[in-house]
Amino acid sequence: MIFEILTLLFLIAIFMALYRLLKGPTLSDRVVAFDVMSLISVSFFVVLALYFQRAIYIDIALVLGLIGFLGTSIFGRYIEKGI
Amino acid sequence: MLDYLGFMFIFFGVMAFVVSTIGLLRMPDVYTRMHIGTKTTTIGTILVLFGASFIEPSWALKLFLLAVFILLTNPLSSSVIARATHKDGLVLDRDELKEQK
Repeated sequence: MIFEILTLLFLIAIFMALYRLLKGPTLSDRVVAFDVMSLISVSFFVVLALYFQRAIYIDIALVLGLIGFLGTSIFGRYIEKGI
Repeated sequence: MLDYLGFMFIFFGVMAFVVSTIGLLRMPDVYTRMHIGTKTTTIGTILVLFGASFIEPSWALKLFLLAVFILLTNPLSSSVIARATHKDGLVLDRDELKEQK
């Protein structure tokens, strides 16, 4: 029961961030929305690890956090200097 | 008993995410969106990891590592986006310092 409620709340949060990602007027809005979505996914993988009782999902969360940080930094450099 | 405490922490963390994305929709400006989009997701992630370490104490070391990683990288990425947006020449929606002059 509690996992269904948590998944519903995660879905609401991810879809609201996705709306900002699709609509956002400037590129920076989209990058901020992408950052928020990647962090929500990290937490969602931790909740999935609790649901399936598998510790390996925590490693996926770690890698996802690393990739999200790298993507945000690279987009910041692209906004600042171009390619 | 410890499970209920952990699920309570996870629920508070997810509520922080929902509040964060409501702010992401309603704020008028890139800088205010960045402000709400990074601080609240930091506290939400830390609360979820804290609650998960209550439910499964044997995963506590990995979760602590993940929490330290999030705490290190999240302010850095928000600083990178803020600096790039400022150098790109985007202005505030409403500059109160200029209105006072």
